[in-house]
Amino acid sequence: MLSINRNNSKEMEDMSEGKNALLVMGCPEVPVQMSMVIYLTHKLKKSGWDVTVAGTDAAVKLLKVADPESYYVQKTVDLDELIGDVVEKKVDFDVCFAFMHSDAGMTYGATFSAISKARLFAVVFGKNAEALGESIDYPAEKIVAKATHNPNPLKNKIDKVVL
Amino acid sequence: MKYKLYLERTSFKDAREYIEKNSEEVYYVNPGYKLFKDYYIIGVPPVAIGVRGTEMLFTYVKPCHGTFVMGIDSEEEIARLRENEAEKIKKSLTKGGVKGKADFGPAPASFGEMYKK
Repeated sequence: MLSINRNNSKEMEDMSEGKNALLVMGCPEVPVQMSMVIYLTHKLKKSGWDVTVAGTDAAVKLLKVADPESYYVQKTVDLDELIGDVVEKKVDFDVCFAFMHSDAGMTYGATFSAISKARLFAVVFGKNAEALGESIDYPAEKIVAKATHNPNPLKNKIDKVVL
Repeated sequence: MKYKLYLERTSFKDAREYIEKNSEEVYYVNPGYKLFKDYYIIGVPPVAIGVRGTEMLFTYVKPCHGTFVMGIDSEEEIARLRENEAEKIKKSLTKGGVKGKADFGPAPASFGEMYKK
């Protein structure tokens, strides 16, 4: 069943089999977010994770136009609807990556920290990444990079995450 | 539903402070608290909800626009909020929350003993 390319990540696959990951997109105005969402979804899927991406209508539209045949992202959901479902305990995740570059994004991260049992990663980027990262005082593992146009500083930090 | 906007595109912290300063009663709820049947409140705990007369003041967060403070007249929601608060107090008393917090072991015999702790 496993393709040749996936053999290298066999150990990670066994560990993540049947596990669900959620990626929460913030406001899509900073370019690195969409790039990193597609990259991280692909990376997690290759390791055997079932990935759902949540966002506002605008963020989901951007994602669907960039990936018209759903090659990278199969499951998308409206962010506010998903919050309702998590609160009502209809769904939950093993791991959650909340992308944020503003106070509002940070506030959504705090909400997931409170309502979900998922291991939460706060992915903080943008011009004010460091200050925003410092303002996070809820339980979350922080991935902070001052990245706006160049995704590599953020990608390098995401690559170091061990799930 | 008719609403008034008191603060627009601000930070969550400033919105919370506005509610605390401009309400007759302030209640604190967890993120995800349900309002008006289909709105789950977004926020950094503690999330403040204020009551001013028959008006309820609360935060509304939009990812691209920041936090807003809204006011909506709803005696029904205010009653539910007060009931929720009463339930929280009842639960903490049943669990021995207040007694439990106050129980720090035997009282120290002297000031010297206090500083040793």
